[in-house]
Amino acid sequence: MKSLVFCILLLVMPLRLMALEVPPLTAQVTDLAGVLSAPVRLQLERQLAAFERETSTQVVLLTLPSLEGEGIDQVAVRVAERWQLGVKGKDNGVLLLLAKGERKVRIEVGKGLQGVLPDVAAAQIIRNVMAPYLKNNNFDAGISHGIDSILTATKGEFTGNGYVTRNQTAVRHHPSLVVMVLGTLVAIAIMGLVSLYLGAVAGAIGFPLVTSVAFPGTGEVMLVLAAVGGGIVGYLLSGAVVKLSKGGGGFGGGGGSGGSLSGGFLGGFIGGFFGGGGGGNAGPPEGGGGFSGGGGGFDGGGSSDDY
Amino acid sequence: MGRFGSVLVMCAVFMLLAGCGYNSMQANEEAVIAAWGNVESSCQRRADLIPNLVEVVKGYAKHEADTFTAVTEARAKVGSTQVTKDLLANPAALKKFQQAQGELSGALSRLMVVAEKYPDLKANQNFMDLQKQLEGTENRINVARERYNDAVQFFNTSIRTFPNSVTNSLMLHLERKEAFKADEGAKIAPKVKF
Repeated sequence: MKSLVFCILLLVMPLRLMALEVPPLTAQVTDLAGVLSAPVRLQLERQLAAFERETSTQVVLLTLPSLEGEGIDQVAVRVAERWQLGVKGKDNGVLLLLAKGERKVRIEVGKGLQGVLPDVAAAQIIRNVMAPYLKNNNFDAGISHGIDSILTATKGEFTGNGYVTRNQTAVRHHPSLVVMVLGTLVAIAIMGLVSLYLGAVAGAIGFPLVTSVAFPGTGEVMLVLAAVGGGIVGYLLSGAVVKLSKGGGGFGGGGGSGGSLSGGFLGGFIGGFFGGGGGGNAGPPEGGGGFSGGGGGFDGGGSSDDY
Repeated sequence: MGRFGSVLVMCAVFMLLAGCGYNSMQANEEAVIAAWGNVESSCQRRADLIPNLVEVVKGYAKHEADTFTAVTEARAKVGSTQVTKDLLANPAALKKFQQAQGELSGALSRLMVVAEKYPDLKANQNFMDLQKQLEGTENRINVARERYNDAVQFFNTSIRTFPNSVTNSLMLHLERKEAFKADEGAKIAPKVKF
């Protein structure tokens, strides 16, 4: 079992090593470069949380020690996309990204705020407000003044509901997924009535299909595993259905223990399936509380400059 | 089985159809078309910036007529090579679009190099703003292109893998879409350091 987990990890690893890793979003301020003093960091976090409560606009700061060879524009849009800053539909997120090693700053502006904070305004905040302090390595002042300017520009565009977005389980919505899962189970049940082995075959075909749609890039090894698991579930479920149809005298009768058995199977399977889906796609795996993005979109708007 | 059985079979047929990607392939194609719309609007946004930019630079660099002509011509060419969504499956049309955009990028970066030679121009607030707008637009184009390519890859995979491939060849007949090729000329955003 351990080696199996290890194999799966090996399959997943290379994908994560290709580009600069997007750090998890846990607070309004993520100071990985360690440029802010503790009081200023806390003050900014409070200020940004209050701003989100008031306006629903999410302004978030990230500092990085290095961009690891990538352009700040690419990194910023990737981080903003992953963190999903802003409210879905309003797209009112702003990411202030500072790369200490490259001496670069970028203000990435969500689509919904580009009217009040156009590229030129973002450029002017960096050039006129932040850069003079940052040039002297006065990060506390440079960043706080920059944040102040961003908040001033975006204030009044949206109104909040008095809450800060918390972590919720990210479930990937696929329109036909539920239908497919049910379809597979129905197919197993029908085939299972004919023969236990046909039920197993239906499971072995259905499970990898569902898996490949639910997680588009699933590796072949995983699909084979899904097929084997599907075969076993198909066989067992067919057995339950056959027992149910004989014991209960048809579907209408409701066959006591058999019914609860297959019901448990259904519930457990679907529950486990979606639970797994949520974990697979969610960015930062944190406990409750904390802070998270609200599903806002970005199109690469904003501005960046050296300091 | 009786009536209950036939309902069950109908449900199964409906679900199998959904399970064979009949809906998802079309949703994926719509995603490609939407992503293409973003590429086009970003490119249009860039084209719209150019007249202002040329005007401002002209005010300071009167003797660079060749550069201005090149930019204006490249822009006109971009305007004449509109790719509609029906042509997304047409490699030649997309290549033409990409080439025209690439030429415009090249002409623009030459314009920015010219601007480097004029300190007064570089200090002009209007020019600085236009330059930032241009940078932002170039970045939007890159993001839109990447997302378009991702959508195309997802769509192409979805129509070629089993069992969607069967559904597609029997019922939908969707065509493979073309992705942008890596193209150095179009990728270099004119960046001027101060």
